[in-house]
Amino acid sequence: MVLGDLTTLIRSKNAGAFWLTIDIMFDDAQKLDQVVESGAITTESMSRLFRVDPSDCKVIVSQPALAIKVSFPRPVPSGSWSDTDMVGGQQYAPLLTLPIEGSK
Amino acid sequence: MLGSGFSASSLERGVEMGADVIACDGGSTDGGPHALATGQPRFPRKAVKRDTALLLAAATRLGVPLIIGSAGSAGGDVNVDWQVSIIREIAAEQGLHCRLAVIKSEQTRAETKESLRRGRIHPLPPSSPLTEELVDECSHIVAMMGAEPIQEALQAGANVIVAGRSTDSALYAALPLLRGFPPGLAWHAGKILDCGAACVVSRSAPDSMMAVLREDSFDVVPLHEDYVCTPQSVAAQVLYENSDPHFIREPSGTVVTEESEYSPLPPRSVRIRGSSFLPASAYSVKLEGVRSAGWSSIFMGGVRDPYILGELDAWIKRFEEHARHRFADVTSDPDSIRMHVGVYGRDGVMGGLEPTPRFEGHEALVVCDLLSPSQETSHAAAAVAFHALLHNPTPKWSGSISGIASPVVPAVIDRGEVYEFCLNHILLPDSPLSPVRMQYTDL
Repeated sequence: MVLGDLTTLIRSKNAGAFWLTIDIMFDDAQKLDQVVESGAITTESMSRLFRVDPSDCKVIVSQPALAIKVSFPRPVPSGSWSDTDMVGGQQYAPLLTLPIEGSK
Repeated sequence: MLGSGFSASSLERGVEMGADVIACDGGSTDGGPHALATGQPRFPRKAVKRDTALLLAAATRLGVPLIIGSAGSAGGDVNVDWQVSIIREIAAEQGLHCRLAVIKSEQTRAETKESLRRGRIHPLPPSSPLTEELVDECSHIVAMMGAEPIQEALQAGANVIVAGRSTDSALYAALPLLRGFPPGLAWHAGKILDCGAACVVSRSAPDSMMAVLREDSFDVVPLHEDYVCTPQSVAAQVLYENSDPHFIREPSGTVVTEESEYSPLPPRSVRIRGSSFLPASAYSVKLEGVRSAGWSSIFMGGVRDPYILGELDAWIKRFEEHARHRFADVTSDPDSIRMHVGVYGRDGVMGGLEPTPRFEGHEALVVCDLLSPSQETSHAAAAVAFHALLHNPTPKWSGSISGIASPVVPAVIDRGEVYEFCLNHILLPDSPLSPVRMQYTDL
């Protein structure tokens, strides 16, 4: 199974003009736990996927929101010349096909 | 956000519930650096006037304060003046009277450099320490104020407050904090309200929200009767646009939501307890600043030929080399021209973050952006680059080809001067009020 099959929403957005943040949301705690325990979403895997420095990459689990959050600095500040996504809204797509082990 | 609209009937429901304060933010950095650099707002004047007039009428009827922050999309002085002119116009048209407080938070280069020399400015990750050279390049600098200047205006009897750049949460937290509600709850409620109805399960259009504060908890109540909040939808709002949802930094401290409990309050609301606030050892405000990056001209070209698409990367690379060679024909300083080639169908959306920068599909769009110190040079560079890409050869075909389809005429679009955010720093002011200037007027 892939991450997109287990989530109710995956979204990305600017967190200020210098950071990008991705919310990965679930409809029950079991699916959240399954993804957390699979080890598929870690600072190492996310920095490798998006090609950013692992020391800048944050992964945070929020139980009340049933969500995992991934944050890292934007390649260039929002709206700069050569920026490709002003609000950072379309940067989550590579996560949809992330394989999740232990799921069918 | 002011200008994005809300339903009048939802606001009316908030009035019926007896709101103690009405607040709305008027901007964010999401629209890019343009609004701060040029003073041009992101939303049309008519849309902002419509929203402002409804809020002003509701606040007047209730006899409660109206607080607008980050006015005019960016919260610079010109942006604030624009919002104030709208309020003056509405007041004159409707015969409304109010005590207006205008709080400006734009910083001069001289005072910013003075703070820098005194060691009062520090970088936020991922930025480097500030330099005086960088300050000199900024055309506008704003300080993001906290709740204190707004509280000052409330205590001075203002019933309409227009603030420059401010944290969104401060607009909602200012009054409850003054009235002695626990700071963790007041700030957390402010954070949840700051995008209005974005905290409901399914939002078809932006709308207003209500928070009801108590000593030990607060409730989040959707004012639109079709909207429903759940513990998850409300907790998710704390994730939104924050890089860390458990520790949210405000000028006076950190809102801690790690221990917060969200419970359903049927039929449509959510009750929250357990949020706390850790006062900061030093008060700090975030600085935002913009500088010019140069002047831009762009062109676009669609590609449908499967032979070109089959060697797209190499085709683009040959074009870039040829175009660079031609820049010497349009300027004596060709190295001053920067070219960004976005290839939609390959990595146009994600650029350097794209894990699979390979072309797939049957058509692609090339967007070429030329940047230089003048519009004239950028336009000339775009014109020769367009011609180079149009006739860029591909090995399959002999003879001259026309390899791109331009969807617009003229093919070269001059974008004018373009800007970039260049400050990501905090200022440690002498007091919460020292970065702002307050002005009171009776309308």
